[in-house]
Amino acid sequence: MKTKALILSALMGTALMAGAAQSKTFVYCSEGSPEGFDPALYTAGTTFDASSRQVYNRLVEFKRGTTTIAPALAESWSVSDDGLEYTFKLRKGVKFHSTDFFTPTRDFNADDVVFSFKRQLDKNHPWHEYTAGTSWEYFNGMSMPSLLKDVVKVDDYTVKFILTRPEAPMIANLAMDFASILSKEYADKLAAAGKKEDLNQKPVGTGPFKFVAYQKDAVIRYKANENYWKGKAAIDDLIFAITPDASVRHQRLKANECQLNPYPNPADLEAIRKDPDLKLMEQEGLNVGYLAYNTLMPPFDNVKVRKALNMAINKQAILDAVFQGAGKIAKNPIPPTIWSYNDEIKDDPYDPVAARKMLEEAGVKGLKMKIWAMPVQRPYNPNARRMAELIQADFKKVGVDAEIVSYEWGEYLKRSKAKDRDGAVLLGWTGDNGDPDNFLAVLLGCDAVGGSNRAQWCNKEFDDLIKKAKVISDMGERTKLYKQAQVVFKREAPWATIAHSVVFKAMRKNVKNFKIDPFGGHVFYGVDIE
Amino acid sequence: MFFYLLRRLGLLIPTFFGVTIAAFSFIRLLPGDPVLLMAGERGLTPERHAALMRQFGFDRPLWQQFLDYVGGILQGDLGNSLVTKNPVLQEFFALFPATLELSLAAIVFASVLGVTAGVIAAVRRGSWFDQTVMGTALVGYSMPIFWWGLLLIILFSGILGWTPVSGRMSLMYFFPEVTGFMLIDSLLSGQDGAFISALSHLILPTIVLGTIPLAVVARQTRSAMLEVLGEDYVRTARAKGLAPARIIGIHALRNALVPVITTIGLQVGVLLGGAILTETIFSWPGIGKWMVDSIFRRDYPAVQGGLLLIAAIVMTVNLLVDLLYGLVNPKIRHTGG
Amino acid sequence: MSDITSAEPIDSRDAGRLALLAEFWRYFSENRGAVIGLCFFSLIVLLAVFADLIAPYGPTEQFRDAFLAPPVWQEGGDWRFILGTDAVGRDMLSRLIYGSRFSLFVGVIVVSLSLFVGIIIGMIAGYAGGWLDTAVMRVMDIILAFPSLLLALALVAILGPSLINAMIAIAIVQQPHYVRLTRAAVMGEKSKDYVTAARVAGVRPLRLMFITILPNCLSPLIVQAALSFSTAILDAAALGFLGMGAQPPTPEWGTMLAEAREFILRAWWVVTFPGVAILLTVLAINLMGDGLRDALDPKLRRS
Repeated sequence: MKTKALILSALMGTALMAGAAQSKTFVYCSEGSPEGFDPALYTAGTTFDASSRQVYNRLVEFKRGTTTIAPALAESWSVSDDGLEYTFKLRKGVKFHSTDFFTPTRDFNADDVVFSFKRQLDKNHPWHEYTAGTSWEYFNGMSMPSLLKDVVKVDDYTVKFILTRPEAPMIANLAMDFASILSKEYADKLAAAGKKEDLNQKPVGTGPFKFVAYQKDAVIRYKANENYWKGKAAIDDLIFAITPDASVRHQRLKANECQLNPYPNPADLEAIRKDPDLKLMEQEGLNVGYLAYNTLMPPFDNVKVRKALNMAINKQAILDAVFQGAGKIAKNPIPPTIWSYNDEIKDDPYDPVAARKMLEEAGVKGLKMKIWAMPVQRPYNPNARRMAELIQADFKKVGVDAEIVSYEWGEYLKRSKAKDRDGAVLLGWTGDNGDPDNFLAVLLGCDAVGGSNRAQWCNKEFDDLIKKAKVISDMGERTKLYKQAQVVFKREAPWATIAHSVVFKAMRKNVKNFKIDPFGGHVFYGVDIE
Repeated sequence: MFFYLLRRLGLLIPTFFGVTIAAFSFIRLLPGDPVLLMAGERGLTPERHAALMRQFGFDRPLWQQFLDYVGGILQGDLGNSLVTKNPVLQEFFALFPATLELSLAAIVFASVLGVTAGVIAAVRRGSWFDQTVMGTALVGYSMPIFWWGLLLIILFSGILGWTPVSGRMSLMYFFPEVTGFMLIDSLLSGQDGAFISALSHLILPTIVLGTIPLAVVARQTRSAMLEVLGEDYVRTARAKGLAPARIIGIHALRNALVPVITTIGLQVGVLLGGAILTETIFSWPGIGKWMVDSIFRRDYPAVQGGLLLIAAIVMTVNLLVDLLYGLVNPKIRHTGG
Repeated sequence: MSDITSAEPIDSRDAGRLALLAEFWRYFSENRGAVIGLCFFSLIVLLAVFADLIAPYGPTEQFRDAFLAPPVWQEGGDWRFILGTDAVGRDMLSRLIYGSRFSLFVGVIVVSLSLFVGIIIGMIAGYAGGWLDTAVMRVMDIILAFPSLLLALALVAILGPSLINAMIAIAIVQQPHYVRLTRAAVMGEKSKDYVTAARVAGVRPLRLMFITILPNCLSPLIVQAALSFSTAILDAAALGFLGMGAQPPTPEWGTMLAEAREFILRAWWVVTFPGVAILLTVLAINLMGDGLRDALDPKLRRS
């Protein structure tokens, strides 16, 4: 590391700001430390925020704030008729970052693309296992090893991806973080110097921001890439102030120690709205939080019992106490932002009297059950414990005795999958790509019983509908089928659908052009401060 | 003295070996599967799970894992963190200066203030000052420091706005890490205001972490002083008409300090424990917070390596304190364990 | 033990004990702080025992119309909830009152557990000596090599987060102090004449250890017990604060604090009161502990 000049910033107060057209510094109060800076090794959004979303580009990318795909390092592409070959024409004149630890001698080309994918695909590639415990988690998770046969350089600016089978979402996959393009020249230099692990610690990419320094668990510093192929970013210095504690993040935002807080505490939303220096952006999240009954276990195999319990839950109280208003009551298993959301469906009313009666009709008396509460905070459930306590109290009113249990997170995920699980599980899901299938099939399909289908619910009618919808390409037809599937879901009530969270971003008033990413990321190219 | 040192070192080796076993087995006993934890809601196929377990070496017999581990330690290799994939040793020493700086600041704070208050209280035994100091010390000693920290943040950062909320240094300043101590590095950087910034970030965490040691030191100093002041030679000195300041400064304090030094030394374990809470509250990037996070993440190698290194530090400091004690006061030679 | 000849000596021994107790009380009551501590502590014990009668509501009873209601004296306060309510509308006062049960419970269990086990292990180590002693002391050294809170945290992570497991972990962590104290005392007493005499008279080792030697080593152990009572409460609260102690909705004070952290700016009362409760309880116990130490150990008596 070498000495850097003092970074003047908005932090120094308005007096200085007004005085000079200084470099603009943007401080982001990030919620955690990145695991590393090679995005292909990890799956956490926090890591992607610090690496792929600022430092790297991909062949194709999602347009900021949307789910639409746009060309990036690839200018155009074509697909062979059999759907097995994808040919990409690469952009010319794209420069990798010049930093104090690396100076590129050539522009971005096909070698970099081949390197970035072959290291993940080819078990014998010298970079396949470049630090201890290397694993290409997303690449594997997307079944790329079986899908991708080879990545071939045709000429310096043409690359061909050869697949083993046709796959419609292939282009969308290449917009994901694991598909970030790294510099082969940099990698070669590191290998020669015997410092391969630096690839994961000092990233070099083509993206809008250059990595400057990382002080573990404290600060990450970036500088705008003055040669960025889309034009230099509006801000000059980007700083991630790592602040895991939500109330501290809020304090820092208020003190103008940072300009954006990605996850404000629901309890602080009111104060943020009232503060004249702050503003709040919100968007409905791509997620759902639910309570899944085990539909294989009596008496929860009885629709009437499930319905009755659903009617016993006071969702508004949960919204008030757990989400502090930062949520929406869920009636369907998919969030309203996803196409085919069936708004005609009516939610089960909150009616403890009727619920008690229904339980009696079903012949259930003195029911004792367990409610599983997750030990972690998730967007779809900011406090599962508290939610469980509220549901417990609600159930008590209809004569059901509920006990709250919890396990360590890994254990929780494992045990909740078991078909003979005792109790109803609080869990949720955040969408990957905005397709209804990503919710309905993954969470409620027959194939997922004993896995991610926590209700262990296999309904032929429902399953047929979603299977049919998956293979046809006509949007209108698919929408109809999914809407019908939601009707079946509501009738059968394998879950109590609880809430969709609303995503909030708190920032200083002078932050301009920030856009909420539907996939939960934070992209700072395009953001400006006044 | 030499043989005493040798014997102490001889005792350390089996203890350290025991610590290694303890650190190793703690982690294996933790319920939960680190691989599943990494995958989250999305889950893993059983094949992939098995492959990862194999890759991390968790599928091999325990004794083999242990031998590998000990072999690694002997070569200075504590394995790689499952989360960051970086060597544990590197992670630890990246964060350790932050904890060390905070702990030293807390020790200095507690010793200077504690010894001064304790001496004055002893000399003015029974005065209002004595009673105030002892009362305050007892309150400090009873303090749940995690709550104390929150209160100080609300008051000084939230309401008064005197101190920064968290972190070690204002983000305005950026300079190379030389020693890892912000106070020193900021001076070396030569940047205006950097040192002040580092200092103002350090104040609240120091007070919070130093509260209990301060109380202990003040109480210990007072009672040690009282004991010494009551002894014959001090009385003789007084009778001879030596100036009180001289008596207290030279004769009494020197003798009273022996147990006080031991007390301060023994606070190291307390400090490292307190660092867990203090760092959590102030987002202080040190090893205490790192350990808690690693435990929650089931990062086996990190927890294991961290426990080992922390235990090694505590043992070393205890040994040094013991030696110092022996040096200052040759009458005392410990017998037995 | 119930042979006829011993009937008389027991009586006189009782009388002696009474006198001792009276003397102890005289010293103890001289210490103003200790008496205040005792009074406050008795109050907490009463609160804990009669929580059902005193507390206005149940500890987990939720009032859906009053989430985060402030204390009475503040604007918007409600006489139903004197100290306000928490995030799910539970009465703070009731939760604090019930919470005293958990803190006392933790103190009692941890102290008895570590005292009981510590005395046995320390006795055996001190009496037996040799390799057994060495082995025991090495194990204690290993425990002491870890910062106690860190070790407790790791232990709870293994056992699973709950109040019971937190207590077990804290008891294990405090163990070495008792073992060391007992061992040192036993080694000191072992060579004294009355022990040698008893041994020569053919008293069996067990009786020798627990009936002859132990009563003479009790004072330091009692002082240590008072000390670790307060440490146990603090540590359990710290574990609760880190999410590794009692689990919600248990109204344990540390856990309440952890749950309340997000409201630090919006609802000061949910953060402040549990901390005050912990502080005052621990302070009372420490005051008593000081008094106890002074009364039991005249050498260390302070003004």
